Amino acid sequence: MTVWTWLALAGAVALALVAAAEVRRHAAARAAGRRFLRHPTASLGVFILAFFVTLALAAPLVAPYDPTRQLDPVHLQNQPPSLRFLLGTDVYSRDVWSRLVYGARLSLGIGTIAMLVAVTVGAGVGAVAGYFSHWLDAVLMRGVDVGLAVPRIFVLLMAVALWERLPLGALVLLIGFTGWFVTSRLVRAEVLSLREREFVAAARAVGAGPTRVIFRHVLPNAAAPIIVSAALGIGNVILLEAGLSFLGIGVPSPLPSWGSMIHDGWQWIVAAPWTSGFPGLAIAFVVMALNAVGDGLRDALDPRKEGT
Amino acid sequence: MTEPLLHVRDLKTYFVTEHGGGTARAVDGVSFDVYPGETLGLVGESGCGKTVTSLSILRLIPEPPGHIRPGSFIEFEGRNLLTSAPTALRAIRGNRIAMTFQEPMTSLNPVFTVGDQIAEAAIVHQRLSRRAARARAVEMLTLVGIPDPQERVDHYPHQMSGGMRQRVMIAMALICRPQLLIADEPTTALDVTIQAQILELLDRLQRELGMAVMLITHDLGVVAGSADRVVVMYAGQVVEQAPTRELFARPLHPYTEGLLASVPRLDTRVSQVRGRLHSIPGQVPAATAWPAGCRFHPRCPYAWDRCATEEPPPLDTPGSEPGTHTVRCWLLTEPQRRERRA
Amino acid sequence: MTLPAPPLLVQVEGLVKRFPGARSLLGLGRARRIVRAVDGVSFAIATGQTLGLVGESGCGKTTVGRTILRLIEPDAGRVTLGGTDVLGLGARELRALRRRMQIVFQDPYGSLNPRMTVQQTLAEPLAIHRLAAGPEAERRISSLLEEVGLDPAFAPAYPHELSGGQRQRVGIARALSVEPQFLVLDEPVSALDVSVQAQVLNLLAELQRKRRLTYLFIAHDLAVVKHIADHVAVMYLGKIVERAPATVLYAGPRHPYTTSLLSAVPVPDPKAQRQRIVLQGDVPSPATPPPGCPFHPRCPHPKKSSRCGIEPPALREVAPGQFAACHFAEAPM
Repeated sequence: MTVWTWLALAGAVALALVAAAEVRRHAAARAAGRRFLRHPTASLGVFILAFFVTLALAAPLVAPYDPTRQLDPVHLQNQPPSLRFLLGTDVYSRDVWSRLVYGARLSLGIGTIAMLVAVTVGAGVGAVAGYFSHWLDAVLMRGVDVGLAVPRIFVLLMAVALWERLPLGALVLLIGFTGWFVTSRLVRAEVLSLREREFVAAARAVGAGPTRVIFRHVLPNAAAPIIVSAALGIGNVILLEAGLSFLGIGVPSPLPSWGSMIHDGWQWIVAAPWTSGFPGLAIAFVVMALNAVGDGLRDALDPRKEGT
Repeated sequence: MTEPLLHVRDLKTYFVTEHGGGTARAVDGVSFDVYPGETLGLVGESGCGKTVTSLSILRLIPEPPGHIRPGSFIEFEGRNLLTSAPTALRAIRGNRIAMTFQEPMTSLNPVFTVGDQIAEAAIVHQRLSRRAARARAVEMLTLVGIPDPQERVDHYPHQMSGGMRQRVMIAMALICRPQLLIADEPTTALDVTIQAQILELLDRLQRELGMAVMLITHDLGVVAGSADRVVVMYAGQVVEQAPTRELFARPLHPYTEGLLASVPRLDTRVSQVRGRLHSIPGQVPAATAWPAGCRFHPRCPYAWDRCATEEPPPLDTPGSEPGTHTVRCWLLTEPQRRERRA
Repeated sequence: MTLPAPPLLVQVEGLVKRFPGARSLLGLGRARRIVRAVDGVSFAIATGQTLGLVGESGCGKTTVGRTILRLIEPDAGRVTLGGTDVLGLGARELRALRRRMQIVFQDPYGSLNPRMTVQQTLAEPLAIHRLAAGPEAERRISSLLEEVGLDPAFAPAYPHELSGGQRQRVGIARALSVEPQFLVLDEPVSALDVSVQAQVLNLLAELQRKRRLTYLFIAHDLAVVKHIADHVAVMYLGKIVERAPATVLYAGPRHPYTTSLLSAVPVPDPKAQRQRIVLQGDVPSPATPPPGCPFHPRCPHPKKSSRCGIEPPALREVAPGQFAACHFAEAPM
């Protein structure tokens, strides 16, 4: 670690604190926000997420070394954490801290993109099934039932087995496309009840067609389960990606996703626990933070709690 | 003059609103009495504090965010309800004072049979066995006019209509023969023909059981037909109190006047009626910001400068015995202003 | 010389709407009990006039309002608006027709999208029908708000910041934004406090005069209807049981249900010595209508006979302009 990277790290921590404080301030101004803040873990979760996101964004500033560069395979293998290597080095003499920071980009990025795909497809299918009902609903929901019955990991394993070298982008999309089923059920339930609300009838009476009704009236009011799904979904994807990478079929080497870092350091878990330990901790913190934030959001956005 | 059964003096119930909304002074100095065997009508629109008043009497207000201010006084059968211990209060609720609620759909527990819910009060207060309590429940169902009570006692609320559920609630309330029944909007959620049935039922039960009824409603027609005395509430206060006939014949508070004039009525000729209904301009202010002085003054057609600065206390009307017809209005001190406006 | 009657704007004939009840075979079989929510309803409303449609819960009045607007598709019948056949229109023509007929709902808390400001709610119909956009739309919205008695400064507010009366006014403004000829008012004041009710009723009457609107005023409160209706139709279990000009109906009802309804309304006058007719039994469920006359089990008419339980009475003219569905309408209670 150089002086500059220390400064950058301090700056990143400060930025994360400021961002978290801003979020708190804005949340406290609204009733839903106050419900969110009543969960002590939710605020902590916001800070942790802010920290990791800042790290990911500021990776070039905060990482002293290139994450894929093998510094000195002979002398600098598996070095314990020191002032020079903040989190030590791995078996290929790569700086763990730099890899962790760039890995944040990968893991968070994969998580977010896959989640966006899943939530978009899930919300779309759920909205259509819930709004139009009857046979379309039945067909779509039976499809969802099938999707829920098939274990996600197996589908991904099969895909990897069938393609020689699955590009990362395709893997991310595939993760997304295997993960929208629960969201669609939640959104469908919400849409079914919203459909009967009078403001939807009012919109139709004024002449709005189904597209406008779904996008302007129904979905914005069904935002709650979608947002909660999203927050929890990122966590799921991060864990899934870690699992796949750990098995060696996820993010290809030498890209430093947290899962592949664990994979790389697995054999040295006793001799050099920092190589797998730190990425493992990072995953744990981020997923726990996402779950805490997701729980807080679920409580905050619960319409039955309006006025508490 | 008999002793009042329920004596409420200067009741103040405030609610703390979060995040700088201020304190909502939902009930702000309410005083009235209920005498044994009479029906007192508590009339007002939404936001006037009538439901909070009734919940305060039974100490059913959630303690944060609500609290009953010191200085309030509620006495029932000679006992101070505000200083009673929780066990003593529980012995009174459902037993000496009972309450029915507006929405029979949501006030009955959907997972228990009707019989179980009615019997519960008897089991708790009279220590009856399950079997004896069930028999009492069937008696109560007959008393409130539900057909086939032996069968109905095992039905669930969702198997019954709105009118029947309201009757069940009344049965639940009356099983221990309370001295006072607080009926919160007993007819509002019901169809007109069913409303008439329920009002007739309450009338009959009151006579048979000799109990007092506090009838809370926004419907002046209901009050005219069922109440002996009327208390009119506005903005957390009692603005007028009078025997029913007197109130309708000579409404003295401008709010009461306005309310009576703006109710659409069946008993006027159609030709007189097409055209404008009298309406009170403006709307009810928020409980966090009652106007200074008389709370009704921004909407009052007679208001003058005194009304904006000094809050009138309940004043006796000349020509009535003290305490029978009180009005919170400065017009009583300057009655000539009323003629000038008209 | 009497003026010629104004032309009929809305004509409804034989409107029927059935809802399937519980289905047999775990939802896959045929519907076991068909609920005839609207069972052959006919009426007409002249331009600039108000028909009050009155009844208790389950009588079908709300369904009538919604089927006329085709928010619910009816099963049979004919509805014409100014000569145009409403039920036969395709989707695009129906959308164009929506400009001429609008609806105001009962629940001011539910009929506005909680996530849209007043401005957005009112701008939407203007956008859908391409009536105005941008600054022109803003002008129109301001003038609409003023017309319904709201300060235009309310435009950026969300529904939860407004009172019930104010929200209802926004609902009325929304209906007026497309300049309709015909308004269905579905219990527009039932959820409002008495003093606000009076304000909104006055507003509706004034708007009718100014804009020459035709109203179908659906309500359960006969006293309210008396204030605004020119004609009144009383519904019971999906059928109209009496229909007459308001003056005639209130002075001399011919159907025992109308008489009972009128007598059940509480009157704010303690001196009114009325012999109240209290009907026994519950409002029946439309899933199991009684045979013959639907009202006969609860009917207090002294001449009620076995005929009432067998032969359903037809809605016939028993006095000039007054129609009643009762075998004994000539000898009312």
